[in-house]
Amino acid sequence: MATTAKPTELDPRDFLAIDALLDDEEKAIRDTVRRFVRERVVPNVGEWFERGEVPRELTQELAGLGLFGMHLEGYGLPGASSVAYGLTCMELEAGDSGVRSLVSVQGSLAMFAIWRWGSEEQKQRWLPAMHEGEAIGCFGLTEPDAGSDPGSMRTTARRDGADWILNGTKMWITNGSIADLAVVWARTEDGKINGFIVEKGMPGFSAPEMKHKLSLRASVTSELVLKDVRVPEENRFPEISSLRGPLSCLNEARYGIVWGAEGAARACFESALEYAKERIVFGKPIAGYQLTQQKLAEMALEINRGTLVALHLGRKKDDGTLLPEQVSMGKMGNVRGAIEVCRTARTILGGNGITLEYPVIRHMNNLESVLTYEGTHEVHTLVVGEALTGENAFR
Amino acid sequence: MKIAVCVKQVPEGTSLKLDPGTKRLDRSGEGALNHFDANAVEEALRLKESAGDAEVVVVSVGPAGAADALRKALAMGADRALLVSDDAVAGSDLVATSRVLAAALEREGADLVLFGQQASDSDGAVLWAAVADRLRRPLVSQAAELSVADGSLRAKRQTEFGYDVIQAALPAIVAVSDAINEPRYPSLKGIMGAKKKPQETLTLGDLGVDVGQVGEAGSKTEVYEFSLPPSRGDSRKIEDDGKAAEQIVEFLAEKRLV
Repeated sequence: MATTAKPTELDPRDFLAIDALLDDEEKAIRDTVRRFVRERVVPNVGEWFERGEVPRELTQELAGLGLFGMHLEGYGLPGASSVAYGLTCMELEAGDSGVRSLVSVQGSLAMFAIWRWGSEEQKQRWLPAMHEGEAIGCFGLTEPDAGSDPGSMRTTARRDGADWILNGTKMWITNGSIADLAVVWARTEDGKINGFIVEKGMPGFSAPEMKHKLSLRASVTSELVLKDVRVPEENRFPEISSLRGPLSCLNEARYGIVWGAEGAARACFESALEYAKERIVFGKPIAGYQLTQQKLAEMALEINRGTLVALHLGRKKDDGTLLPEQVSMGKMGNVRGAIEVCRTARTILGGNGITLEYPVIRHMNNLESVLTYEGTHEVHTLVVGEALTGENAFR
Repeated sequence: MKIAVCVKQVPEGTSLKLDPGTKRLDRSGEGALNHFDANAVEEALRLKESAGDAEVVVVSVGPAGAADALRKALAMGADRALLVSDDAVAGSDLVATSRVLAAALEREGADLVLFGQQASDSDGAVLWAAVADRLRRPLVSQAAELSVADGSLRAKRQTEFGYDVIQAALPAIVAVSDAINEPRYPSLKGIMGAKKKPQETLTLGDLGVDVGQVGEAGSKTEVYEFSLPPSRGDSRKIEDDGKAAEQIVEFLAEKRLV
């Protein structure tokens, strides 16, 4: 609708009026997830974080909204746009990075791996069930001694008649202990990397939960232990036998993080802004002091800039022009910026900023994980560096 | 069975603005589905799910933008939407609005018409009564439970002292209480599918309603003036550090209120 443009009222929560760049459907999806997070996550997540648990019914509620694998098409999946998926990640992470991680791993890692590299039978069997939340997936690439260098993985798959025998250990696996299936990447005898669907209950397979985390506590993190696990050939991905397989999945998940980080940052900013207007020091609200205003202005700048980057990458993803290096730049900049915003928010809240009464230190601690998972900040820096110079500085 | 649900688009947010020129509510900003109506939509969807074979049509009278509120109801699962939008309707009071709505409902001929208990902007809570009177249909308000079987409905009506259990023959009108259910979140597929569902917009002419019977001309009430409520003056905020209750009692005692 063409009308004479007139300046709209400034919204402190959307300073640059980025909302105007979204269409009605994107806004409707965003608003629904935002409401869900406000009603179902925010009131409870402090307690989940403290207890180090995620209630099982949350998985069903997220499935009820249709968020698992929402941006994939076919097999009864919604086929939403990348921007709608990104907005969803942002709203979920405004609740907690752990909740966003649950959805990211299910949709972008486990479902995407099957959707992109799986056989027709694997897709038919797993994708609809995973969308409905009847089956939860996890993604096993990282190992105790292979993180940024996944090619050095020690997990092996040995051919035995019609089956494969898997041995090895995977670590830092989100959703591991609650998963019905694990996408496991292993080296075969020819030295190639193959992907397998390892099902819960297969003899020799276990997924003990990793405890004592001080970050992402409202998220299940596990080890995957494989001791002579017999996996049939029909559970191997037929379409891929190189690292390109797992890396393509990580690129999907990173895209969601580019958005998600801005959600966590926004939650901290809003908490700090509200607090600054109410907290009285020397007879006036701290919002009236220059040092606080500088903090708030820098935070708002970072969030608006990061959200514009996320939206730009989303539009590129939707028209098929997004490059992995561009996702690296987005993840690198947005997560670093978001951590800075959360830390600054912490200083505005003073002592209150370290409690679970406010979202700030929870987000801040969570982002410490986000900074290094799905490609560390350093690795993404080197990806961008290589793209700029043509020189590989990884090794 | 055909179930019609009457819904209203209300201004989003909690602070309502009045336009001093027209003395009407400023509806220029973002709108939302009246949250009381979400209970009525939810109840209609539940009745449809238990009946198996039913159609849920959402009906609204309002500006063109009210289509957004209807789309939210479609995203929740309603089958189609009907919007009566006509510039002449602007400024209608409850009496005039009920005339338009009754005409739209007459055209639909639904077995059951559901309303939310009130609109969160005007808080009238009588439109359903006016519509029921015009259509000469039985009416149950404040329904906290509702079921339909064999051509009649059974409702538990919330009262000050307990519940009335009321049975009424269909076609009938029910205004549900906000305690009747918890509205579902629209699913992603619901949101994405909403714009493909049938959505019809009608004018007064389509319904055969005379322009002189609506708007200010058709209204029985007239707004002479309005003003903001007086400010609360000297107020004090107490942060609860475990002693808030004591402080409040002290304050009330000081004012000789307890």
